[in-house]
Amino acid sequence: MTSKQIIQDGLWSNNPALVQLLGLCPLLAVSNTVATSLGLGLATVMVLGASNCLVALIRNQVDEATRLPLFILIIAGFVTCVDLAMQAWSFELHQRISLFIALIVTNCTLLGRAESFASKNPVIYSLLDGLMMGTGFLLVLLAMGFCRELLGHGTLFSQMDLLFGDTAKNWTIQFTTDGQGFLLAVLPPGAFMLMGLFLALKNIVDERLLVSARARDIQRVRIDLRTP
Amino acid sequence: MISKYKNKLNSQKIMYAVCLAALPGCLTTIWFFGYGVIINLFSAILFAMLFEALILRVRNKSITATLKDGSAAVTGVLLGLSLPPLIPVWMVCVACFFAIVFAKQLYGGVGQNLFNPAMVGYVILLISFPLAMSTWPAPRGLVESPMEFVALLGIKLSMVNMPDGFTMATPLDIVRHRQGLTINEVWQTANGFGSVSGKGWEWINFAYLAGGSFLVFLGICRWQVIAAMLATLGVLAAAFYDGGSSLSTGSPMMHWFGGATMLCAFFIMTDPVTAPDTTRGLIIFGVGTGMLIFIIRVWGAYPEGVAFAILLMNMTTPLLNRLTQPEAANPKDQANL
Repeated sequence: MTSKQIIQDGLWSNNPALVQLLGLCPLLAVSNTVATSLGLGLATVMVLGASNCLVALIRNQVDEATRLPLFILIIAGFVTCVDLAMQAWSFELHQRISLFIALIVTNCTLLGRAESFASKNPVIYSLLDGLMMGTGFLLVLLAMGFCRELLGHGTLFSQMDLLFGDTAKNWTIQFTTDGQGFLLAVLPPGAFMLMGLFLALKNIVDERLLVSARARDIQRVRIDLRTP
Repeated sequence: MISKYKNKLNSQKIMYAVCLAALPGCLTTIWFFGYGVIINLFSAILFAMLFEALILRVRNKSITATLKDGSAAVTGVLLGLSLPPLIPVWMVCVACFFAIVFAKQLYGGVGQNLFNPAMVGYVILLISFPLAMSTWPAPRGLVESPMEFVALLGIKLSMVNMPDGFTMATPLDIVRHRQGLTINEVWQTANGFGSVSGKGWEWINFAYLAGGSFLVFLGICRWQVIAAMLATLGVLAAAFYDGGSSLSTGSPMMHWFGGATMLCAFFIMTDPVTAPDTTRGLIIFGVGTGMLIFIIRVWGAYPEGVAFAILLMNMTTPLLNRLTQPEAANPKDQANL
């Protein structure tokens, strides 16, 4: 297990949203705008990194029977920290997505990483895995938020001030004049369709990569054969 | 489901017959609502065939063979007839995209789709652009002068905004939001009511009824599903008619000859792919559609519920097919159960 492989797993080849299909509930519900996507995504990254770290630290002291309740307690503890921190620093954003912040506890990605990775690997790798898995989730959330806000509201980066303070108030890019967009994109069915399109896109890219990798292998074998 | 399409020529002939039977309703709609309907029809057929060709190319399937069977064109015709005459052409394009690419080809193409493609396109526009989709022009005879062609073209290409005085609420909408008037009072005070339902609308529905009867006569569509739907809608409307009081939901005639009832009954519900195969299944399908149309029209959030009713009943089709299969006819399926 190298760190390069961990990064690649989290961001692409074992992406929690696109490959493991975990955490779809917050993914589909919160990705209305870039701002809410970023808020939930960052919270998930923080909790995932911290919980993986702590689970890896205590991995040799935990006995088999109590490990799952313990992992959940650790995750819930960190979620509460993030929840309270958000209430303190970005209260308005918290009001918008508070339900889904609390629901990070039930996001299967977190318990899944604690159980399948952090409980078997050293702290540094576990931290990296948590951060990369979280970032992979965050990137998909952001892509969804980007497309849905652009199509559904005709804007980009609106209400970023909820996250970054007053300086972000004029970050909004308005594309339509009447503020009317393709409503389907912000409704739940639109989220499902977009998610399906993202999955299809990833499969296409993977297929292309596989074909070009095979072609490269064949090339390499040929060169090897030629050089004595 | 593919078995219904075992004969390519046959299905092609059926599609032509359907288009021919829709002609009276088509012409009546054009007469009452103007050139916008023609633009809708042509652009919808064009976009539907274009998207069909594109996605077939992506899927590496034969383009000409599939386009020739006419199913994409029929989807275009149905969309062109059901969309409001004044919506911009790009919205027609969006509807065709979702109808052909999402509802039809992503489910596997002709004969494999669960939902009626035209209705999917319609509903996606309805929930995405509620304002444009509820803007209907006043029918012929209610405006002083019909809209000029150049002005209409400007609206269709979304270069100019909608002028005032050309549009009005549809009759079903007026009846729903009449604020305590009795049916008779609405008929007398509100503009746009004919002898049984909206002016224009009653003739359009009558024309679909006439054209559709031709399809039934040819044996192309099964009368059971149509009869079941119209009977259910009529019985429910009669039960809640209430003598035309201020709480009345409108007469059976208004429900039969208002909105898109006849278009739905003869041309949309009878789609062989998305309706059940068995007679019993068809009757249940028709009864359910009639009930849903009435419920959505009277108590739902939208004044017209045909498209939603069709899509909801489309979901039950595989189950109805299974439950109503005669036992001896399909021993293999029974064993699998």
